[in-house]
Amino acid sequence: MSTATTTESSELAPVSTDSLAELLIAKERPPRPSAWSASLTFGWRAVLKIKHVPEQLFDVTAFPIMMVLMYTYLFGGALAGSPKEYIQFLLPGILVMSVVMITMYTGVSVNTDIEKGVFDRFRSLPIWRPSTMVGYLLGDALRYTIASVVMLTVGMILGYRPDGGVVGVLVGIALLVLFSFAFSWIWTMFGLMLRTEKSVMGVSMMVIFPLTFLSNVFVDPRTMPGWLQAFVNNSPVTHLASAVRGLMAGDWPADEIAWTLGWAGLFMLVFGPITMRLYNRK
Amino acid sequence: MSTQTSGLAIETAGLVKTFGETRAVDGVDLAVPAGTVYGVLGPNGAGKTTTVKMLATLLRPDGGEAHVFGHDIVREADEVRGRVSLTGQYASVDEDLTGTENLVLLGRLLGHRKPAARDRAAQLLEAFGLTEAAGKQVKQYSGGMRRRIDIAASILNTPDLLFLDEPTTGLDPRSRNQVWDIVRAVVAQGTTVLLTTQYLDEADQLASRIAVIDRGKVIAEGTKGELKASVGAGSVHLRLREPDQRPLAADLLRRALDAQVQDDPDPVALTARLGAAASQDTAAEQAARALSELARAGITVDNFSLGQPSLDEVFLALTGHDTRVSDSDHSHDPKDEVAA
Repeated sequence: MSTATTTESSELAPVSTDSLAELLIAKERPPRPSAWSASLTFGWRAVLKIKHVPEQLFDVTAFPIMMVLMYTYLFGGALAGSPKEYIQFLLPGILVMSVVMITMYTGVSVNTDIEKGVFDRFRSLPIWRPSTMVGYLLGDALRYTIASVVMLTVGMILGYRPDGGVVGVLVGIALLVLFSFAFSWIWTMFGLMLRTEKSVMGVSMMVIFPLTFLSNVFVDPRTMPGWLQAFVNNSPVTHLASAVRGLMAGDWPADEIAWTLGWAGLFMLVFGPITMRLYNRK
Repeated sequence: MSTQTSGLAIETAGLVKTFGETRAVDGVDLAVPAGTVYGVLGPNGAGKTTTVKMLATLLRPDGGEAHVFGHDIVREADEVRGRVSLTGQYASVDEDLTGTENLVLLGRLLGHRKPAARDRAAQLLEAFGLTEAAGKQVKQYSGGMRRRIDIAASILNTPDLLFLDEPTTGLDPRSRNQVWDIVRAVVAQGTTVLLTTQYLDEADQLASRIAVIDRGKVIAEGTKGELKASVGAGSVHLRLREPDQRPLAADLLRRALDAQVQDDPDPVALTARLGAAASQDTAAEQAARALSELARAGITVDNFSLGQPSLDEVFLALTGHDTRVSDSDHSHDPKDEVAA
């Protein structure tokens, strides 16, 4: 590094202290940005990062495609007679499962980011405190939307036909993205709480696997033992999967939508403040 | 602005921060006049970064009080954030983004509309000689370029107080000089600068007042002149022709100058530190007398210099240990500070 530094800086254009002085004279400060505007700016940062490192879209493109193909052909014949029939049931569920699984990367990116100096800069700015975190989640909402579109496309190719039409599908995706946004505060909390990327990953797995698999994504819960039904029927992922499945099938499952929104609100109310407490203490 | 120049930019009383068993900052009192460069000098792990982080509202103090332009750093943290900027030892910009993107991002966060943020970014990049690198990701920048973009990010809105935490650590001399020029330009426009450094010549070059910190405590404070005066009038450095004559020369100097005499690593060199009793005016006179005594004793002096005490000597006199040694003989790990 030292040799590169020397050669490069000797080619560097000199600092113009005169124009610097002129720039410093301007002492007026614009009014502070609103909470929404600051959050959007951080969301823009997330988009810029995607632009510079497009490989990070791998988990919202290749991974969901793999999930759809794998489970459709793995369980299709056994559970519904044929993959083509099964996908009609599976797709909304596997969509929910994959996107909820992808949310856990938020924790990892928060954790790697706070190690860097730029976090100190953000924390020393006079802005709405949660906007840094909200920005992450806004950027992630974009990723979830991309994942949803990719999976729907693959599903349609395999023969999935949503009876709910464009509106049903859009409302379903909107509900999924909204839930994921709220749910992700659990990951921002872990990202700030745990010390290393690996531990964040480990804890996330412990949470995400039971939560997504123990749901009605793959099979009807009535085939499960009673104690498991009790868990599965009350799991937020089950409510979300039922809501999205209903919406995409052209129904209006008001109860399930309400449960989903209720869970989303609860996640945000509990883990949002914990995240911010950790953020302010960091 | 004019009201600030008369007042204090920073005032702390008994500031404390502990990490586990370690008292990283152990009762720091500072009074930093507005509109000046104030140097905080100390070795690695002395508590400099922790102090700065508390003043920049990034760490909550465990004891004591601090005010920045009259605002309490805990209760009125948001007011403080509106008036200060921080540049850390590491680049506090997003390495994945380009120079322009970083500055526009921060400009937006400071409330500028997009066109204004873009203009300001372009002007700053130009002034800092980074126009060519504007579209490159910061991770591709050299050390000197990173430091520049970092300082540029800190003055997007001209801050009333700028924290520069070891701004030249790891830079080559040329880049270091350029950073010094930038600091001078910033302070010339009325911004107060709190500069932490391990380099004595850096504090000497830039700061008007200096606090010397060691093991979480301020062990000396004052203007450069006051600090130097507190360790005596200066030193006489000698190089002899014959190494054999060194003990004799040391003996003569000790008597003639009433000074502490020390052998240098070089077998023909020695240093006599003039006692506190000697004033700057009489130092030259005493030194001349010492020289003639050496000549009378038949000792040939190849090289002779009379210097003001360096801040290195100040540090040695104040702490009893060298700035370099203190790393290893600290009771706590200097890395604590970085990790925090």
